[in-house]
Amino acid sequence: MTGVVRWAFAGLLAVLAFGLASVVLQIPGTGSALRSQVMAQLPQSGVDHAVTAVLLNFRGYDTFLELVVLLLALFGAWGLSDSIDEAPLDTDIDVLTELVAFLVPVLIVVAAYLLWVGAYSPGGAFQGGAVLAGAGVLLSLCDPGWRSRRVERIGEVLLVPGVLVFLLVGLASMLLGGQFLEYPRDMAGSLILLVEGFAMLSIAVTLHTLFAGTPRFGGGA
Amino acid sequence: MTPAQLYALVGIGLFFVGLYALGVRQHLLPRILALNIMGSGVFVVLVALARRSDGVDPVPHAMVITGIVVAVSATALALRLMLRVAHATGSATLTDTGDE
Amino acid sequence: MSGVSLLVQPVWLILLPLVGSIMVFLLASRRAAVGVAVVAGNLALVAGSIGRLGITGPWQHSVGGWGAPLGIDLYLDGLSATMLAMTALVSLGISAYSAAYFSAAAARHFWPLWLLLLTAMNALFLSRDLFNLYVTLELVGIAAVALTAMRGQREALVAAMRYLLTTLLGSMSYLLGVALLYHSTGSVDMVLVGEAPIPASVAAAAFALMAVGLLLKTALFPFHFWLPGAHSSASAPVSAALSALVVKVGFYILLRLWIEVFPALGDGVAWLLGILGGVAVLWGSLQAILQQRAKMLVAYSTVAQLGYFFLALPLVAAGGSRVWGAIVLLVIAHALAKAAMFMAAGNLLAFAGHDRIRDLDRVVQRMPLTAAALGLAGVSIMGLPPSGGFSGKWLLLQASLEQGNWPIALVLLLGGVLAAVYVFKLLEHIFTSGTPLGEPRAVARTMEWAPLMLAIGAIVLGFLATTTLDFLIIGEPFVPGRRDDY
Repeated sequence: MTGVVRWAFAGLLAVLAFGLASVVLQIPGTGSALRSQVMAQLPQSGVDHAVTAVLLNFRGYDTFLELVVLLLALFGAWGLSDSIDEAPLDTDIDVLTELVAFLVPVLIVVAAYLLWVGAYSPGGAFQGGAVLAGAGVLLSLCDPGWRSRRVERIGEVLLVPGVLVFLLVGLASMLLGGQFLEYPRDMAGSLILLVEGFAMLSIAVTLHTLFAGTPRFGGGA
Repeated sequence: MTPAQLYALVGIGLFFVGLYALGVRQHLLPRILALNIMGSGVFVVLVALARRSDGVDPVPHAMVITGIVVAVSATALALRLMLRVAHATGSATLTDTGDE
Repeated sequence: MSGVSLLVQPVWLILLPLVGSIMVFLLASRRAAVGVAVVAGNLALVAGSIGRLGITGPWQHSVGGWGAPLGIDLYLDGLSATMLAMTALVSLGISAYSAAYFSAAAARHFWPLWLLLLTAMNALFLSRDLFNLYVTLELVGIAAVALTAMRGQREALVAAMRYLLTTLLGSMSYLLGVALLYHSTGSVDMVLVGEAPIPASVAAAAFALMAVGLLLKTALFPFHFWLPGAHSSASAPVSAALSALVVKVGFYILLRLWIEVFPALGDGVAWLLGILGGVAVLWGSLQAILQQRAKMLVAYSTVAQLGYFFLALPLVAAGGSRVWGAIVLLVIAHALAKAAMFMAAGNLLAFAGHDRIRDLDRVVQRMPLTAAALGLAGVSIMGLPPSGGFSGKWLLLQASLEQGNWPIALVLLLGGVLAAVYVFKLLEHIFTSGTPLGEPRAVARTMEWAPLMLAIGAIVLGFLATTTLDFLIIGEPFVPGRRDDY
């Protein structure tokens, strides 16, 4: 792109940004949008934190599909995983090894705490899963082969239960006479914790697999 | 202008900054980052305007968490695809077009 | 809830292919057999939903039991059922073809992605929630890109990368529009947003953002830059799915938005999109005529055929549901015919080892079924009777003449002539006899029958046009506002 075209492009975008900014200022912003409805139904949702209630109950279907997106990205990356030579990492660093040995157990505890605390304050499956995946990434930086030696089979098996447990809970609520994902009211809290627990593990393993690359799973050729 | 509106404008700004970089950059890594910056802009708009007179509307917050997971997934696939493109063509750009 | 009504819930259309995808991912063998069975099951479920739709009218399923605006509603009416049926039929053809097409090594990557793409499209056609539609759009886009890139060749990788950047840009633009609408109306349910008062400037900006995002994904001229590369470099069944189905989902959402959320759009917008559609028809056809490779020709034909959907938009204001019906007929006819054409082109490629049009001699003697599939699909693409393509274009021609809209009538006729030129360019070389270059390779029987059946479907649609149009308007999808009959 030549300089003139760049400036013209920048100018066009500036005009569009200015226009859109003036539109945003005209959004009424009055009323409470869905806040009052969320708050009114919160006691029925099984959790005390409004965002978790929206994520896992009121709009739980979005979260269900979000787990499908993660799985899809993994399948897609898997289809692209052949024959990339990655530069070997320099893993022989004492500070890194010491730090990781200290941090990984802490991160596991933090992840579990985030999952549990999500019921009544900010936190939840994705946050916990991301922290757990971060612990896995740290381990891979020190020792790229740790998963294939230690937990490869477990890692594979943990990719799908996030979606599957969510799906089974949804089906169970249909069999009990409700709609898909309509949890029975008195069990909602425990079902959400169950769904989130498996979601956290699958999110962590999926994110780590996407980082570590070259997953070799899926049975024979 | 309320602080919430100011944050929303920052979000709009991020969206267009990202769009500019997506348009002018050649290398795929900054272009993928640019898409992420655009996404952050949208998320900021969603969250900023969620502050209402009587408190914060939790629904946009939940949408943003969903949006972040989707963006992470798409970015992971994009980066892996970029590595394959660089491996196959010798450069991490789209200048080597087989079509058009 | 009785056993039968439990089985015809729309959520099964999402859960069956999803579970199928996970199964083929975990399986060590028999992936194709399981995959085809799942797609056949999906067709049966769609047939069940259509049966229920005919008996009880449109219905909705409030996921989580909350209902809009707090929860997410799935909704099935004549239009969504028609799109689901189109997807199910074409997917079955593509799956039968794929079972023979892919090697075992490629199959283990193809089937999980392909079944997730089907999951995503079904979820999209059932959704009435603008944010949920964003999630399904991303699912469709990522699955489509991954399937394109899966082939691994250099052109496919570059085309997939360009496709990915484009589709993600489209999603971001769409999502920013959703953000503006949510904060103006306090809802993301299409019907509720449409009923809420929205400041005119906000509505205009939101529509512009969402429309640009969706047009990028639908590849309307001039946003088609990514399409020929991606559609021609993917493997044959993937090309068929991309051209027949994936580009339609953006148009479907745009249609719903047009009717439900932005019913007050002026004539100017209709004309702008109509002109872009007209240019797409003419420019795409000319490019198709100029191509030297069969798959590129078919890909540019898609650019042209997508133009017709938009070309008709200026007729909608006065023509109402008849014009919408004609557009949807064209969407279905194109899905059937184009899937058939891409799979037939894949057969030419597999048979001759190349797809240079000039050197495709003698194909008709060795692969009569493939040649027949190309011919019949070509009839529908050209808009000759009797075919679905003819019925759709004929209805549009009638509407444009009734409304005295000569420019549109002219483009319709001219587009048909240009389509005849590129279709005959392809057929002419196949039907001439000559000496084959190199040893031709045999093509599996199902790879010949699958495109032929879909091409026959495109012809049969011409005879079923009235039935389809009557079915389509169940639940009045082309009239804005809430319906009370579910």
